[in-house]
Amino acid sequence: MLKDITIGQYIQGNSPVHKLDPRTKIITLVLYMTGLFMVNNIIGYIFVTFFTAGIILLSEIKIKLILKGLKPLWIILLFTLALHTFMTEGDIIWQWSVFKITYQGLRQGIFMVLRLIYLVTITSLLTLTTTPIALTDGIESVLKALFVPVAHELAMMMTIALRFIPTLIEETEKIMKAQMARGADFESGSIIARAKSLIPLLVPLFLSSFRRADELAMAMEARCYRGGENRTRMKQLVMDKRDGIAFVICTIFLGISIFTRFGL
Amino acid sequence: MLEAKFGFPGFCFRAGSEWLKVIEVKDLVHQYKTPQGEAKKALQGISLTIKEGEFVAVIGHNGSGKSTLAKHLNALLLPHQGKVVINGIDTSTQERLWDIRQQVGMVFQNPDNQLIATTVEEDVAFGPENLGIPPVKIRQLVDESLECVGLDEFKARAPHLLSGGQKQRVAIAGVIAMKPRILVLDEPTAMLDPIGRKEVMDTVIGLNKEEGLTIVHITHFMEEAVFADRVVVMEEGNIVMEGEPRQVFSQVDILRKLRLDVPPMTELRERLVQSGIKLPPGILNVEEMVMALCP
Repeated sequence: MLKDITIGQYIQGNSPVHKLDPRTKIITLVLYMTGLFMVNNIIGYIFVTFFTAGIILLSEIKIKLILKGLKPLWIILLFTLALHTFMTEGDIIWQWSVFKITYQGLRQGIFMVLRLIYLVTITSLLTLTTTPIALTDGIESVLKALFVPVAHELAMMMTIALRFIPTLIEETEKIMKAQMARGADFESGSIIARAKSLIPLLVPLFLSSFRRADELAMAMEARCYRGGENRTRMKQLVMDKRDGIAFVICTIFLGISIFTRFGL
Repeated sequence: MLEAKFGFPGFCFRAGSEWLKVIEVKDLVHQYKTPQGEAKKALQGISLTIKEGEFVAVIGHNGSGKSTLAKHLNALLLPHQGKVVINGIDTSTQERLWDIRQQVGMVFQNPDNQLIATTVEEDVAFGPENLGIPPVKIRQLVDESLECVGLDEFKARAPHLLSGGQKQRVAIAGVIAMKPRILVLDEPTAMLDPIGRKEVMDTVIGLNKEEGLTIVHITHFMEEAVFADRVVVMEEGNIVMEGEPRQVFSQVDILRKLRLDVPPMTELRERLVQSGIKLPPGILNVEEMVMALCP
């Protein structure tokens, strides 16, 4: 059951999107998001839809996989749609006692839902086409360029977290089995009873994590780790022509998005 | 000798200087406070000299201070009294701390808790990256080290998908990529199955014999201590016995008194002698036993 967790799932591939430098992907993602929040009419949304579809096609990632990523969001999407549809004042198209649907509300609701869908789609596309290591390196280097003081530490924390997710999942399963062998019941009872039954799972897990952290820190020190200063990297990030093209395309996208909103 | 840091071709460190003392421990005392607040001495004035290229095994019961000694060798702990000198550098010299840690590689007991990165090669690169070596050179060091431990095909693998023995070999590769002169292994085989143990031991012996690395191997498996040039037996923070494996393990009674085992073949010899078969002392492995029984 715990094996189903796929944080930062990466799908191997050789598409132009895969090959982009992680820094390019992060920066163009910001450009895309800005554009997405600019558009506010039908022409704008049609344009964004085509652009997003184009990127997905280019990335060679299966649509099914992206839709699967959207599944857990349906409650939020429904809520957004309902809230906008019923709460916006305007030309009424349907009414029943205090509930009314307005043309403006419906339009706004659909736009907001589309915006959320595209936002999640494009962000999951980033993690689907970038290895966790490349992503971490990209984030570190972008944060450094923005003069964020703890860029290296943040990136190191992410690397270690990614490294230990599978190890800790394995350990959790082991402890669960050990406790179940002693008669622990994780599956039945009320929510409160179930939450209580997690205590014998969490206490040993936390204890062992602290021990791990302590030993890992010592191992890192023994290998001369002393923070980000003077540290080099084996794998260097390099940008080439492809990255330039991506920047140009995304800047044009942003330009057109602004144009659809404000005109000339 | 000391400027030989990264410029070395291959892993050859022997360079005709076998007399050179690489580790010198003098009257080392380490104290710690128990939860009850009383001071306890984990090490009570230990002196030990290890020569370049030597393979030393340290054995002892739990709590005998062997792990504490290991941590003193690369300045993870500092002496309360006495001193530890690595290649002429006192470990309490703060400015040379990173030199010492680069020269003394450490491998720990739990293979899971010493691998940092999400792929094997990234993990091996961690040490050299910390030393600020240029990227091209790091790639070369990583490839060499992984080949050295026989894991070059596993470069892109995630560490959690490896067996215990393979994880420990990755940890060893990560250490030798920093070009140390001394390898300190703190019970590296304690959590492994017999196959993993053999893998790790073969790697360690290979590094000692072929690359001339000085090895300090801490273990509680007597079969492993047999491979050493010298065995050091610790008890209650003191060195109680020291010598060639053959010499040490022939003193079966004393070892028993220290709650230590002897290698299986040494024990078998003991029993055979008791039941009246005449055998020479100092039998350590199966081959020697066969030779002694059917000459």
